[in-house]
Amino acid sequence: MLKTRQAHVGRTGLIAAAMLIAPLGGAEAYMAYVSNEKDNTVSVIDLDKLAVVRTYPVGQRPRGITMTKDGKFVLLCASDDDTVQVIDAKTDKVVRTLPSGPDPELFVLHPSGNPLYVANEDDNLVTVVDVETEKVLAEIPVGVEPEGMGISPDGKIIVNTSETTNMVHFIDEKTHEITANVLVDSRPRFAEFTADGKQLWVTSEVGGTTNVIDPATHQILKRITFQIPNVQAEAIQPVGVRVSKDGKYAYIALGPANRIAVVNARTFEVEKYLLVGQRVWQLAFTPDEKYLVTTNGNSNDVSIIDVAKQEVIKSITTGRLPWGVTISKD
Amino acid sequence: MLAGNLRRGVTAFACVVAALAVMGWLGPAKAAEAAMVKIGFIKAEQDRQIPISRLDIVADDAGLRGAELAITDNNTTGRFTNQAFELKRYSLAKGGDAAALIGQIAADGVGFVLVDADEAPLLALSDAARGKDMLLFNLAAPDTELRDEKCRANIIHVAPSRDMLADALTQFLVLKRWSRWFLISGANQPDKAMADALRRSAKKFGAQIVEEKAYDVTDSSARTDSGHAQVQQQIAVFTQISTNYDVLVVADESEIFGPYLPFRTWSARPVAGTSGLTPVSWHPAHEQWGATQMQNRFQKLAGRFMTPIDFHAWLAARSVGEAATRTKATAFPAIRDYLLGGEFGVAAFKGQKLSIRKWNQQFRQPIAVATTELPVSWSPQPGFLHQRSETDTLGIDEPESRCKLQ
Repeated sequence: MLKTRQAHVGRTGLIAAAMLIAPLGGAEAYMAYVSNEKDNTVSVIDLDKLAVVRTYPVGQRPRGITMTKDGKFVLLCASDDDTVQVIDAKTDKVVRTLPSGPDPELFVLHPSGNPLYVANEDDNLVTVVDVETEKVLAEIPVGVEPEGMGISPDGKIIVNTSETTNMVHFIDEKTHEITANVLVDSRPRFAEFTADGKQLWVTSEVGGTTNVIDPATHQILKRITFQIPNVQAEAIQPVGVRVSKDGKYAYIALGPANRIAVVNARTFEVEKYLLVGQRVWQLAFTPDEKYLVTTNGNSNDVSIIDVAKQEVIKSITTGRLPWGVTISKD
Repeated sequence: MLAGNLRRGVTAFACVVAALAVMGWLGPAKAAEAAMVKIGFIKAEQDRQIPISRLDIVADDAGLRGAELAITDNNTTGRFTNQAFELKRYSLAKGGDAAALIGQIAADGVGFVLVDADEAPLLALSDAARGKDMLLFNLAAPDTELRDEKCRANIIHVAPSRDMLADALTQFLVLKRWSRWFLISGANQPDKAMADALRRSAKKFGAQIVEEKAYDVTDSSARTDSGHAQVQQQIAVFTQISTNYDVLVVADESEIFGPYLPFRTWSARPVAGTSGLTPVSWHPAHEQWGATQMQNRFQKLAGRFMTPIDFHAWLAARSVGEAATRTKATAFPAIRDYLLGGEFGVAAFKGQKLSIRKWNQQFRQPIAVATTELPVSWSPQPGFLHQRSETDTLGIDEPESRCKLQ
């Protein structure tokens, strides 16, 4: 079940009430962790204050970033250190590193919390890492320049996109074997399953499209294209994509077009474009889906989108070249 | 390590079988035998001047290694599509028989041929290939006329023309408001052609050539013992002019004097053109748009840095692979038609899809302006607009083209 923001406020609210402070003021805010690719740091943003509250150093060229399922640790691809760092979300300290294979960029955790599937761009491999034992469980050969990683909600299907082969590789969780390959448009960057597991959304950066694939049949259900007045086609480069849990809307980051496309996930129509910062790359929802946070690499900031209103409400300056973002569980 | 490799091998085999079974690229009975696309690489022998800088010495396997990398990339994808790619090497001696070579290549069943040659041998090969199922990729000849009045239907130009290179540089200089140029050109034909391209480009984008000089030496020894003392004096005197200028622009492809210009000029002015800040289609330190992976793959394969001609060869062979994947075909006509048909585009680490201009079969592509150490910027520059694609602000555009493909 979906963990609601209300329940969250309720729990911490109790503590606050005991301290005779107004409940809202004492509530623990969601925290966004933003990897700053150029600065080798992570910016921590308090999403109640909508402000950066801490910045801490990490490994070289931090990119892909996610939370462990228990919300205690931040996992970070330190690409130029060829490692995944495990960071204590409370103390900001790197507590250990995981073997990742060379140049890790993006990864996905199994819904159970373990293992971690890492795309190794340099070696045409997906590396499967046990996050407890820190052992490499398998290396799965895929196409040229593996990048995007997705996993079905039931954990049975792992998906990898290869940027130069231009395919989506469907991988069986148990056998680690490829069960299907779907050709998509140029330079597929990111793969996101819908919460019901019935659709897989794959962005193609150079192709300028997003393909929605049926994971059961491997058929492309829809090839979404984007037209924005006064923006040249080459500048429309879809990268990050997130679909709301109710399956109603998909939000697609369009890179140097500096916009988020809001797509009706039922009709696949693009309903509007939200202007954000420059070269928008990755996205993350707060767990209650009140906010969507976008990393805008070339303007060194993140945009905060009010999801209900479908409006950008604030830009927050981060370190240089913010790349990825993940948000605390509670 | 061995166990790991074995496991990879087994998994790879399983992948191919699984891929074929699910995708139905080929019937199950024929699954074991991949359909083959043969790609040729011709190196035309030529006399090369020893460059002034050792850094500019061209490797014997320049270009070839880029093609090999693309073949590897294509074959990785080919595991999933049951297609295989093979590179065949050829060489054309100076003044060699182009017709005989083309005959041999055709007999080998090779349809797509990457050519590292100057204009004359390239045209001889094109003539010989006329009427055959053969498409040539120009990796090396920058001559604008090859894309214009001397254009050929059986040549795709991967290398940018001198006009494209000049336009890329000019856009940057104009953006910087370094619009008053002191142009110095060399005396050999390629130097003069580059000077022409720069003059035309200055006119196109509103730069002004406030003074011109020709350096009339056509041959020069690159290496001399303690010659540096003379060079230091000579260049200072040669560049002493009374007109004020923003940037010294040099056209010296022959490398007779150009590399001596930076920091030896009379006035404290930057140098751009064939030395100093130069327009290049690829740079060994380019790492934007995922190019890091490409550079790493190349260096692992070749044990040296990737140069523009390596990139051209990779792009040509990779494009054949891309067309084969998209058309699910390996036959020559299907791949050629797709490449030239207007739908074709390929990702090549330049931040946007690269495609082929239909009016002269030139690859449209962003071009870096770079120092030896790093790319400084990529053209087209912001604000140079075009109704179709901003990359078409570089080089000959459709309305002014004199090319009649045949």
